[in-house]
Amino acid sequence: MIISVASGKGGTGKTLVATSLAISIRAKENVQLLDCDVEEPNDHLFLRPVITSSETVCIPVPKVDYARCNFCGECARVCAYKAIAVVPKSVLIFDQLCHGCGACSYLCPENAISEEGREMGVVESGNADGIEFVQGRLTVGEAMAVPVIRRVKARIKSDRIAILDVSPGTSCPVVEAVENSDYCLLVTEPTPFGLHDLRLAVETVRQLGVPSGIIVNRAVSGETLVHDYCKQEGIPVLLDIPLDRAIARLYSEGVTLAEGMPQWQAAFADVFAQIKGALHERSRCA
Amino acid sequence: MKEVVVLSGKGGTGKTSIAGCFAALASNKALADCDVDAADLHLLLQPVDKQKEEFWSGQVACIDETACTLCGLCQEQCRFDAIHDFKVSRFSCEGCGFCARICPVDAITMQDNMAGHWYISDTRYGPLVHARLGIAQENSGKLVAMVRQQARKIAEEEGFSTIITDGPPGIGCPVISSLSGADLALLVTEPTVSGVHDLGRVIEVCRHFKVPPTVCINKSDINEQKSSQIEEHCARNGISVAGKIPFDTAVNRAVAHGVPVVECDDGPAASEIRLLWKNVESLLSTS
Repeated sequence: MIISVASGKGGTGKTLVATSLAISIRAKENVQLLDCDVEEPNDHLFLRPVITSSETVCIPVPKVDYARCNFCGECARVCAYKAIAVVPKSVLIFDQLCHGCGACSYLCPENAISEEGREMGVVESGNADGIEFVQGRLTVGEAMAVPVIRRVKARIKSDRIAILDVSPGTSCPVVEAVENSDYCLLVTEPTPFGLHDLRLAVETVRQLGVPSGIIVNRAVSGETLVHDYCKQEGIPVLLDIPLDRAIARLYSEGVTLAEGMPQWQAAFADVFAQIKGALHERSRCA
Repeated sequence: MKEVVVLSGKGGTGKTSIAGCFAALASNKALADCDVDAADLHLLLQPVDKQKEEFWSGQVACIDETACTLCGLCQEQCRFDAIHDFKVSRFSCEGCGFCARICPVDAITMQDNMAGHWYISDTRYGPLVHARLGIAQENSGKLVAMVRQQARKIAEEEGFSTIITDGPPGIGCPVISSLSGADLALLVTEPTVSGVHDLGRVIEVCRHFKVPPTVCINKSDINEQKSSQIEEHCARNGISVAGKIPFDTAVNRAVAHGVPVVECDDGPAASEIRLLWKNVESLLSTS
């Protein structure tokens, strides 16, 4: 089962939820935690995993064999990303613009283009007290997170409970991470910013056809902004985590809520039970 | 003309609340919201849209079922795993057009993609350029570039001295697009392990693109020890700390009312943000 944890707005508590959920169910389930926020991966700060392997993520970029190239310019014409320019006696390749689609090498009439790997980031894996841990890390200065996220997701094992921590926003890195999840937990806060971005996140998961439930973080009693919206949209609120200085303090120190206040483990285990219940119901109706 | 971009690495550290205050404090400026997939600055500035434009970018492959012979070459060659059962996933397609070029029966066409909208609006603090990337769209970097280009154009036409840009979280494509060529990056962080970690990465991005950074520690008193750690880290790396803003519920109340906190409060956070803007203004004038 794949459960992704996303949010729209940043800093609402995805990392808190993903790590505490993993810890709260690890005694009963085989859990994988995969940090797909490859621009700013943070789960390792809370789980302190022992990293045992590291794989470089590369995308294939073109390399020109000048013994064969006749500077016809076909490669530049077929490149949708303007990553190739052919000038007299030279082919300029702008690696940073290349998506690695392979069109240039396949379509070169002289067979003069081969491909070589360009490093975009790494995927690291290891273990954190019984949780199988995987994280991606985009190299600083690189623009494209998606190839790294793809490699992280390739480590998902179908017989595990895979929890995916997703980056904020609603654009391609989020879609890449959430797509094909069985369930998406959306973490929000009861502020106008939180609600505005939650609406966008809900629209995103709906387009992806992934069922979702909400966790309200920094909940304030009497503030019903998010609950009202969820009721109106028919989206379940699975948990409220209160605005609490002690919880904020734990987070600031890098301590998960499930470990710093173990009484919360039952609440996260209940979130997991609600997800299983919702998916069971869904499969029965399908 | 000088441009300051507000970034953070980690999301939710207070970029928009601070950029909104700068909008109220600065004179002679254009405003740009470059968080194009979860833009929130408009919730503080209450813009009235003057101009709305479509943003067309990239292409998506489309298979004509009636012409397709199910040969499977496109599926085999697509590097983005975007074609299954002879249907294109618009989420996975990166618009390279490789499939359309190799299809033996020309059953695939590339269709232009409307990726979002951008807007020029009036606010009571001056003109704001902002945008809305369509759900699940790519090319956020290009839309960011469009927003900045429009803000610059307005600033030039109106003779403004400053552009204030609210940036997105992370370090990837839209961040790079928001940052490159700016005069100053204000990095808003918080005293938490994630805040410290993510600040380190966004500082590296600033170095990479040669934009001078300065740091603001938001909610600095929620963990004094982590706050000092950030200050030491900045001192060691020759980066100034332009402000330390204490945790203050007045900021949340201001957001709830849809106004920048400096407009409705004289408490500790509002006072520190005023000082922060003075420091940023002086850093901008010497950058």
